[in-house]
Amino acid sequence: MSSTPTTRLPLHDRHVAAGARFASFAGFEMPMWYSGIVDEHHAVRQAAGLFDVSHMGEVFVRGPGATAAVDRLVTNRCAALPVGKALYTAMCRPDGGIVDDLIVARLGEQEWLICVNAANRHKDADWIRAQIGAEAEVTDDSDAWAQVAIQGPKAVGIVQQVVGAGVVLPAPFHVAWAELAGVRVLLSRTGYTGEDGFEIYIPRDHAEPVFDALVAAGQPEGLKLAGLGCRDTLRLEARLALYGQDIDDITTPVQAGLSWVVGWDKADFIGRDALVAERAAGPARVLRGFVLTEKGVMRHGYPIFDGERQVGEITSGSVAPTLGSVSIGLGYVEREVADREELLIGIRDRRVPATVTKKAFYSRPRVG
Amino acid sequence: MSIDRFTIPDTLRYTVEHEWADLSGDIATVGITDYAQDALGDVTYVELPAVGRQLAANETFGVVESVKTFSDLFAPVAGEVVEVNAEVVADPSVLNREPYGGAWLVKIRVSGGAEALLDAEGYKAHLSKIS
Repeated sequence: MSSTPTTRLPLHDRHVAAGARFASFAGFEMPMWYSGIVDEHHAVRQAAGLFDVSHMGEVFVRGPGATAAVDRLVTNRCAALPVGKALYTAMCRPDGGIVDDLIVARLGEQEWLICVNAANRHKDADWIRAQIGAEAEVTDDSDAWAQVAIQGPKAVGIVQQVVGAGVVLPAPFHVAWAELAGVRVLLSRTGYTGEDGFEIYIPRDHAEPVFDALVAAGQPEGLKLAGLGCRDTLRLEARLALYGQDIDDITTPVQAGLSWVVGWDKADFIGRDALVAERAAGPARVLRGFVLTEKGVMRHGYPIFDGERQVGEITSGSVAPTLGSVSIGLGYVEREVADREELLIGIRDRRVPATVTKKAFYSRPRVG
Repeated sequence: MSIDRFTIPDTLRYTVEHEWADLSGDIATVGITDYAQDALGDVTYVELPAVGRQLAANETFGVVESVKTFSDLFAPVAGEVVEVNAEVVADPSVLNREPYGGAWLVKIRVSGGAEALLDAEGYKAHLSKIS
């Protein structure tokens, strides 16, 4: 993989100037951290963080058949989604395996934005064209867009300040076009951190003024630049799956605890028959959360034991800065042991007890 | 990446795995280098051996976990562990703040292997090659 050339983000120079440490991810040279993963993690939970997520892909579906096509492409219900609303969903293969997990936004009656994972961009664009290319116009416009995410309890106030007090911002899981620092951007009230905030789609060549305006307005509020490192710890605390680790082509929404993104009453979507059958029979394995009860850190690939017997494997593991640096993780286990209160994690030569949970490790305090 | 920003004291010896050893009499005080702590990022957990354990040179004697990743610790010399730093276990972040000072990890009574260690110039040359 090290020989793969990496692409620089449109805001690369800003990251260099801010002292970012870079690492290669999905073919992009990504800022991993600036002031430190833990420091940035706390800033997002307590104030706000600004992430460059321009690596994410943007695929547009347009034309008279677009809405029906998208509804068939993904597992969640799209046909009745109002214009200006977004949802989290998966698109599956006929056998139920997850091609990718997505944010899908209805921009018009027959215009959709599908935000895809960077590592899956080309696979997804090919898949979408193959499945619905005859019914609607499919455009992979990823190279034309930069994307930043501003997340945290202060994020909405900072964006409000930049767009002006008179502008009504989109509600959670809604999108709207807005002018920000003189640039027309798409504001999406979504995220991948467990906090309120926006993902902002910016025409690629105009990313810098938008970024600078958010930094200038945000810094007095405690906003920090936040890298891919804390994006991972934040999403894991919020129990949000990472494609390529927690879900992939051979895991299904039923196994991954994503049945809630499946429109079970939809007449048809790709993978429906397989998912209905798996749901009825019960999945062989299911995703669970784990909280280590002793010192140590769970990592991807560590085995999960019931006594002496291996019953699964950790898919994501780290420390949880918000929870006092206890180690948390996700992993698949055989269904027979999925309701145990405790299982053992193999950490090098130790077997360390971990409590098993179905819930998010962290949920933000709700106001009002 | 320039290696100039890393502190590499002339008085210490080094391994290619980024441990340092301070040799004094027959005791080697051992830690990880400034480069190592910088590459790991925020250190959150340190696992060290029991006092009395016999180590071969290059044997794994513990682990350092950061938020991002983890790294095995390799014994720079052979010998018996005579002391471990309980303070760095209690507060691993000291490894990021003062890798050569308060964050020493173990003291080893040396029975061999010290002749294979790099001096500061050798370690700098090694860093230049890999970074």
